[in-house]
Amino acid sequence: MNTTEATPETPARGTVNRSARLEALTGLAFILPALIGFVLFYMYPALRGLWISFTDWNMLREPTFVGIENYRQVFQDEKFWNALWITFKYVLLNIPIQTILGILLAVAMDRVVKSTVIRGLMILPYLLSNVLVALVFLWLLDPSLGIVNAGLQALGLPKQDFFASTDQALPTVAFVNIWRHAGFTALLFYAGLQSIPRSVYEAAKIDGASEGQMFWRITLPLLRPVTVFVVVTSIIGSFQIFDTVAVATNGGPADATKVLVYYIYENAFAFFKMGYATAMSMILFAIILIFTVLQLKFFRADQSDLA
Amino acid sequence: MTVQTQPTQARKNRKSMAWEHFLAWFGILLVILLSIFPIWIVLKTALSSSTTLFESGGQLLPSEPTLDNFKRVLGMVTAEEALKAGGSGQSVNFLKSIWNSVIFTGLIVIGQTFFSALAAYAFARLKFPFRDQIFTLFLTAMMIPGIVLFIPNFITIKNLGWLNTMQGLVAPYILMTPFAVFFLRQFFLSIPRETEEAAVLDGASPFMIFWKVVLPMSQGPLATLGILTTIGMWNEFFWPYLIGKDESVYTLPVALQQFQTQTPQGSPDWTGLMSGAFLSIIPVFILLLIMGKRVIESLAFSGGK
Repeated sequence: MNTTEATPETPARGTVNRSARLEALTGLAFILPALIGFVLFYMYPALRGLWISFTDWNMLREPTFVGIENYRQVFQDEKFWNALWITFKYVLLNIPIQTILGILLAVAMDRVVKSTVIRGLMILPYLLSNVLVALVFLWLLDPSLGIVNAGLQALGLPKQDFFASTDQALPTVAFVNIWRHAGFTALLFYAGLQSIPRSVYEAAKIDGASEGQMFWRITLPLLRPVTVFVVVTSIIGSFQIFDTVAVATNGGPADATKVLVYYIYENAFAFFKMGYATAMSMILFAIILIFTVLQLKFFRADQSDLA
Repeated sequence: MTVQTQPTQARKNRKSMAWEHFLAWFGILLVILLSIFPIWIVLKTALSSSTTLFESGGQLLPSEPTLDNFKRVLGMVTAEEALKAGGSGQSVNFLKSIWNSVIFTGLIVIGQTFFSALAAYAFARLKFPFRDQIFTLFLTAMMIPGIVLFIPNFITIKNLGWLNTMQGLVAPYILMTPFAVFFLRQFFLSIPRETEEAAVLDGASPFMIFWKVVLPMSQGPLATLGILTTIGMWNEFFWPYLIGKDESVYTLPVALQQFQTQTPQGSPDWTGLMSGAFLSIIPVFILLLIMGKRVIESLAFSGGK
């Protein structure tokens, strides 16, 4: 708009067209590499995945179209429902503890420490790969050699099997991921806390509010948008848990940790049932889509309670 | 807020403040201890000799400290010596996998950031047909979960004959991610147009404006994106594991996983494994030490987008 003001004489029609065409060509040239990447590795695979999910295909023969047969079978597959149930249980173990711990730590950080070193140490676990974290905890929780069992014994408590026990394996996987994420979640809440004006607390303090009252009546309500965002994105992430399971338990013992993505992976790359596996991945997509829509609804509709 | 003003209560609150601060400190110290303790045990195990590991499992300090395990995983001893020290004898070459991780992460961070920035600039500033529709399509792709894309992408890479190659590993990431384009476009839109106008009047081409004016102004967002991509790619497991089944292209997470599975009978080679684990923590430590504040801010941002 400013450019037209800067050049009082209107250029001839031809030059406008030519420069507009040049701009369009430049724009297309600029997006070309990204567009190639997008078409080849996002759009094409998404559409191809949808197509594969309607076929019977083991990667050796040509795929044969079977319509909704895979989906029909998935819904009758007890192992699928088991995997989905285990994934739900994992999410239910993971999210509440991680969120509550995150909020409490963030408030603690906000009240007493602002040191980069301390925050750095708290998010260090998040910077380590899932594989590494899984291996480290396999070692710490090893039934015979691990230091945690050595500690339990020193306290006169019985040894535990952790990853090797059907009852404890899933909670252990959840605990390991809480360990990795707690500091990071706290950091997100801490960033959210910074947006609450100090004057609100000062006014409350003058009114004689206690720390507890301020937490329940100011901090938590004003953190709501951040909380919705953190909770929903962690749920979406938790639904896709794979690495920890692949390294620490391989879905066992006795399928106790066979979460959905692991079951999909197994069907695709161990049993070569590509159609069946992609059908399940489309169902996971649908579940995640529901949470994404919920998040957009809750998050965008009411960005902040402060305005 | 309907709390009554009561002077006595205010005084009581001040007294309870000290108690609450103590509680906060206690909580934070506990979390820090819990964050560091496993890493200390990794180092302790890496420095322990495998022969005494069984008796010293519960100790906090290594008995008979030794660097043999590090030498072993870095391929500095012969296979027989490694076997004698409790290794599998055919162990993974960690030096190679560190190098692979550096190449994998480096190529992606540079390529993805540059190409995404280029596209983001076009979406923010240049007019071309179907611009907004293409951008909306990019945005929608952010919702697709990884597993949906991994299976068809594996088939594409297989058909291209790129299994077990570095180009197969980096291909899906090097040209763009929808998030990077979205994030940089938001930033470019916030730059006032006037800053580019002097360059326009000087007759600079759009690429020169992008390269000489816009990119230098965007160091903050570019660094944030670079840090997030570095952390993500350095730790990525699923894709390098699917595509790289050959030792020549193992990245660190894959190498660690393979090293563990090399000893299926009996207990894994824990001292070797923890040496490899510690080696892969070192770069993360260095990143935190050099860019601590920046890393923390980038991570905090990644959740608040």
